[in-house]
Amino acid sequence: MNWYAVRALYRFEMARFWRTALQSIVAPVIATSLYFVVFGAAIGSRMASVDGVAYGAFIVPGLMMLSLLTQSIANASFGIYFPRFAGTIYEILSAPVSPLEIVLGYVGAAASKSILIALIILATATLFVPIRIEHPFVMVGFLLLTAVTFSLFGFLIGLWADGFERLQLVPLLIVTPLTFLGGSFYSIDMLPPVWRALSLANPVVYLISGFRWSFFGNSDVGIGVSFAMALVFLALCLAGVTWIFRTGYRLKS
Amino acid sequence: MPPIISIANLSKVYGTGHNALKNISLDIRKGEIFALLGPNGAGKTTLISIVCGIVTASAGSIRVDGHCIATDYKAARRAIGLVPQELTTDAFETVWATTGFSRGLFGLPPDPDHIERVLRDLSLWDKKDSRIMTLSGGMKRRVLIAKALAHEPRILFLDEPTAGVDVALRQDMWRLVRKLRDQGVTIILTTHYIDEAEEMADRVGVIRNGEIILVEEKAELMRKLGKKQLTLHLDAPLAALPPALSGHDLELAENGRDLVYTYSTKGDAALTGLLADLARAGIGFRDLDTRQSSLEDIFVDLVKERP
Repeated sequence: MNWYAVRALYRFEMARFWRTALQSIVAPVIATSLYFVVFGAAIGSRMASVDGVAYGAFIVPGLMMLSLLTQSIANASFGIYFPRFAGTIYEILSAPVSPLEIVLGYVGAAASKSILIALIILATATLFVPIRIEHPFVMVGFLLLTAVTFSLFGFLIGLWADGFERLQLVPLLIVTPLTFLGGSFYSIDMLPPVWRALSLANPVVYLISGFRWSFFGNSDVGIGVSFAMALVFLALCLAGVTWIFRTGYRLKS
Repeated sequence: MPPIISIANLSKVYGTGHNALKNISLDIRKGEIFALLGPNGAGKTTLISIVCGIVTASAGSIRVDGHCIATDYKAARRAIGLVPQELTTDAFETVWATTGFSRGLFGLPPDPDHIERVLRDLSLWDKKDSRIMTLSGGMKRRVLIAKALAHEPRILFLDEPTAGVDVALRQDMWRLVRKLRDQGVTIILTTHYIDEAEEMADRVGVIRNGEIILVEEKAELMRKLGKKQLTLHLDAPLAALPPALSGHDLELAENGRDLVYTYSTKGDAALTGLLADLARAGIGFRDLDTRQSSLEDIFVDLVKERP
């Protein structure tokens, strides 16, 4: 293993993160605070509690997931797309690094960043609502699993995209709707039966549900099913990345 | 001594159907400066890119320092430093950070002393904390060289290293290349500036339409293909060439005031015969000068002549 290369790539990506701290840290925190103000304080105070959890607290896991998903994808996709766009990818392609080492560097950094942001959001949330975490280890496990999976997914998007527009396409048109419809702000039990059934086809439902279970001990779908679905998506992303490196798709002519 | 790079039957057909390299075989000797000459689109960059792992070969094999670039790519790539043609740099990074990054990427532990030496050699030391985007084009070129040298490569590829750089930087770069060669680094450079190859190279390869049409020691190439021209400034202008001189490759110039003789440098004795014939015909001259063809003339001839 070329650990020096993994470290170099990781550090490079993290340096970018700190350099753009205003955009990468402050922006998501402000956005989340706005959600708390609007959904937690303004609307939440008029809403009944969900499964015995005050609405303001109920949305915290969903908001963390929302940031975790979007930030993982955004960081990882931009991280690998930009060198392709700028041409600096030549150095990585000509370096003695294996695909695994490249993925460890980029995906590791993207996952670190999004976990950090999710934790900052959790800390911010405690300013607005009292939070309890019943299963902290499961919570950390879900955080890691989701961050890595979606960073891999973002990495795939960054490899596939051939323009900045495409880079935004999947997050905007697929991931954001799925996250909003995945129960960030409601329990899918609140939906009419048809929509509830349809929601079960949304992979994000399982992530949010499982994550919420780690906080409050109850969820829309079983924690085992949630975990299994997260692992399936991780396996799919790993397979995609492996295929890309095997074939050199979009990396080498 | 086994070649440090051995390319055998290498071909590349791009997805577009463009056949960029056609069955190329080439050995690079350890410690030499090899200049790859060719017009735009001849396949120079494709060839370098395949050796460095940026482009995948369609057929053929390459060994770098004994390591196959496909199966043992890590060992092969560790030996190589690449300075690309385009000024592709990380705009927001500092010179120091980007050079250290390159060293790590190539699997070496940090060595601030080595990085300092490289930056000083390239007159980049006082810019080490500058962001790359604030540097001029020539400085960015130096940064790319520093990045390529950060991991102490044994082979250095310079793809059009002096395209668009000023004379001072060219001189600096040539000095650096010689210094590296003295340290035992093998250098392969592609260039448009043939005087660069003429000044620097030990051997020259000419590539055209994806084929290597010639590989030769530079000195040998100059000797074999070089031509000399002798110009005699005559005492009295001639209206036409006298029949007595018809056996020589002569031309009249400057309205008959100059006699131009073209001969090869292969060292035949025709020159003596010509002078004797001139004396017999009673043609005197007050001065003469000679000109030897440059590598540029040879190159232009080569690229033109072959069908």
